[in-house]
Amino acid sequence: MMAPFFKYGLFGDQTSLVVAFFIGIGFGFFLERAGLASARKLMAQFYLTDLAVFKVMFTSIITAMLGLTYLSWLGWLDLSLVYLVPTYLMPQVVGGLVLGAGFVTGGYCPGTSVAATATGRVDGLVSILGITFGMFVFAEAFPLVKGFYLSGAGEAMTIPKAFGLPYGLVVFAVVLMALGGFYGAGILEKKIAARSGE
Amino acid sequence: MTTTTGDRRPQAYTNPYLAGIGLGLVLLSSFVLVGRGLGASGAFNSVIAWAVNAVAPAHARSNEFIAGYLGDGSASPLKSWLVFEVIGVFAGAMLSGLLAGRTKVMTEKGPRVSVRMRLAMAFAGGILMAFGAALARGCTSGQALTGGALLNLGSWVFMMMVFAGAYAVAYFVRWQWR
Repeated sequence: MMAPFFKYGLFGDQTSLVVAFFIGIGFGFFLERAGLASARKLMAQFYLTDLAVFKVMFTSIITAMLGLTYLSWLGWLDLSLVYLVPTYLMPQVVGGLVLGAGFVTGGYCPGTSVAATATGRVDGLVSILGITFGMFVFAEAFPLVKGFYLSGAGEAMTIPKAFGLPYGLVVFAVVLMALGGFYGAGILEKKIAARSGE
Repeated sequence: MTTTTGDRRPQAYTNPYLAGIGLGLVLLSSFVLVGRGLGASGAFNSVIAWAVNAVAPAHARSNEFIAGYLGDGSASPLKSWLVFEVIGVFAGAMLSGLLAGRTKVMTEKGPRVSVRMRLAMAFAGGILMAFGAALARGCTSGQALTGGALLNLGSWVFMMMVFAGAYAVAYFVRWQWR
C-alpha cells in the first residue's frame, strides 16, 4: 500500500473532507496546547521574550520533513504526489512581508485567529472578520493586481531542485539549522529574562 | 506570564518542543493520508467565493480569482478540503482550551490600550494578512509550515519574509502589549 493514500484512490472526495476535519482537530489541538491561540504568547516571539512560535514551528517542520524523507526512502510514499504550492518568487516575497506586518499588527495569523476564537478571544474573532473583509477586497481588486500576482515562473520548485543539491543533504542542513536555532533561542531567552529581572 | 482570575486555574501550556512534535505528526499524517499539508487562509477564499457567488453569480464568474474557487459549479465552494480542515481547527482548539481551563471570553491586550483600539488593530492586521496570504498563495500554515517541511523554495522565501516583515513592524505596534 502506497502513500499518499488519497492519491492512490484508497478513499474518495467525500471521505477526504471527513479526514480534513479530523486533521484540523489535531492541528487546532496542538496550536492551543502550545499556547499559540493567545496573541500575547504569539507576539512574545517578536519582542523576544518567549520564542515558542519559533520552537513549535521548526520542531513541526523537522518532524514532518524527516517523516516524509524516511517514508520516501523506504518506498512507502511517493513524494512527487504530495502537492507543492507553485513558486512565484516576487509575489511571495511581498506577500510574506505584508503578512508578517499584518501578523504583528493584528496579533494573530489566519490559522491562530481561528484557534483563538475557539477559546473565547474576541480579538481573534475580529481578526477573522478582518481577514474575510480583506480577502473580499483582494478578490474585487484582482484585475488590478493580476499582473503582479502571476509574475514569476509559477512552477513547483524545491530548494534541492533549485540549487542542484541532494535532497538528503538539504534535509540534514535544515535539521542542523533548527538545532542551532533551538540552542540559540534558549540562550537568548535566558539573557533577556536576566535583563528584565534586574 | 499567565494571569489567573476566577476560581479555575488554567493549566500551563505544553512544552513547545513536545507540542511541535505533535503538530509535526499531524502535518505528516496529512501528507500521508491526502498528499497535501495544512492550511488556513484558503478557507477564507472559499467562503468569499461562496458569498459573492450567492449574491452576484455573474459577477463571481467574471472574476478570475473567485472563479478559481468555484470550480465547475457542480459543488458548493464550501465543500472544500480547507473549509473542513479549518472547522476542525476550531473544534480542536476549543477541545484543548476547555480541557485545560484556558477558554475565557476576553480580548488579549496590554494594560495601556483600550479594547476598542486593540480590536481595530486586530481588524486592520486581518486585512493586511488577507492581502499577504492571497499574493503568496498561502499563509503561515499552508506556506511556512507545510512548504517548510516539503523544502518548497517559495515557502522558505515566504517564511523568511514573514519574520522580516513582523520584526520590522513590531517596534511600532508594541504599545498594544506593554
